[in-house]
Amino acid sequence: MSNETERNVEDVGPGVMGAATSVREGILGYIIGLVLAALLTAASFAVIYTNLIWGPAIPAALVALAVAQMGVHLVFFLHLTTAPDNTNNAMALAFGVLIVALVIGGSLWIMDHLNQNMAPMHQVMQMQR
Amino acid sequence: MSTTETLPFTTAPSIDPYKLGHDGRRRRPDDGGAGRDYSTGHGEGGPASKRVIVAYGFWIFLLSDIVMFSAFFAAHAVLRSATAGGPSGHELFDPRSVAIETSCLLLSSFTCGLSAVAASVRSQLWTQLSLLITGILGLAFLAFEARDFMTMIAQGAGPQRSAFLSSFFSVVGLHGMHVSAGLLWLGTMMAQVFVKGFRAVIMRRLLCFNLFWHVLDIIWIALFTIVYLMGEGL
Repeated sequence: MSNETERNVEDVGPGVMGAATSVREGILGYIIGLVLAALLTAASFAVIYTNLIWGPAIPAALVALAVAQMGVHLVFFLHLTTAPDNTNNAMALAFGVLIVALVIGGSLWIMDHLNQNMAPMHQVMQMQR
Repeated sequence: MSTTETLPFTTAPSIDPYKLGHDGRRRRPDDGGAGRDYSTGHGEGGPASKRVIVAYGFWIFLLSDIVMFSAFFAAHAVLRSATAGGPSGHELFDPRSVAIETSCLLLSSFTCGLSAVAASVRSQLWTQLSLLITGILGLAFLAFEARDFMTMIAQGAGPQRSAFLSSFFSVVGLHGMHVSAGLLWLGTMMAQVFVKGFRAVIMRRLLCFNLFWHVLDIIWIALFTIVYLMGEGL
């Protein structure tokens, strides 16, 4: 933030709308967020319950739609921006995302390797007898 | 802090070349202790207003909560096919119920945002009304989730049936517990807004409640995607 000292930026907490936001603009922002989120949710359900998307690509499509919807929520509901006054909020979020990716990605990676390298469960049961 | 205390920095901005004290404003507790925003840090006016610090601290808590959820999600992702000969997600999940729950939570997130707009203009009626609708939608969500759980347990697919179901009930139940706690908080917030009005301290609590409720909806996005939709696709 050192390059921002000249502009004298005052930090904004998460979830805070811009100070100059009028009621109309505020409500409009939430309506845009609701419409986008509803569309993305509907798309997620459509991916599963229709044959629009090639089978093996379905998990990737679902993850992409979910990440997009989380982005919509962060921007329109939590008012997270990339402006300098939001640097601390965005950095904290980035750290959270890093830990989440490590925990989930790491667990899946390790367990997948274990599943591939371990003898089938009925063989293990035989050996323990 | 006495009122005769001198304020040397306000008259000489050049003494603070790195703007550590922001714009030289000094917020004072001159509102009879009602809790208006003022800063208690070092320097001039401190690092940031109390509203920013409270919201940021709560944001950190929410991120740590998300990290905790990620462990439950990881467990579920790993154990999803460990059905031990029992029913799989495809046989158990009711897509209509999941869609209704998703709509309830998304709409309640929306009305919660409207309550923040109403509170920002100090409208008692609209704040209470939007918080009430938020609460009703949250209750509807919980009712549908409880009905789903009951149906599954009645079919013999309770949490003790398989590792898949244990992890399913843990992660969905954990989210449901968060929603329940959020509903309790929502009720107390409505009472506080009604009794105490829009004081600075109440506004901070409303802000934190808004953050909490929106984050619960973000976690639900991950839930219906990973647990329900991907479970259905398997």
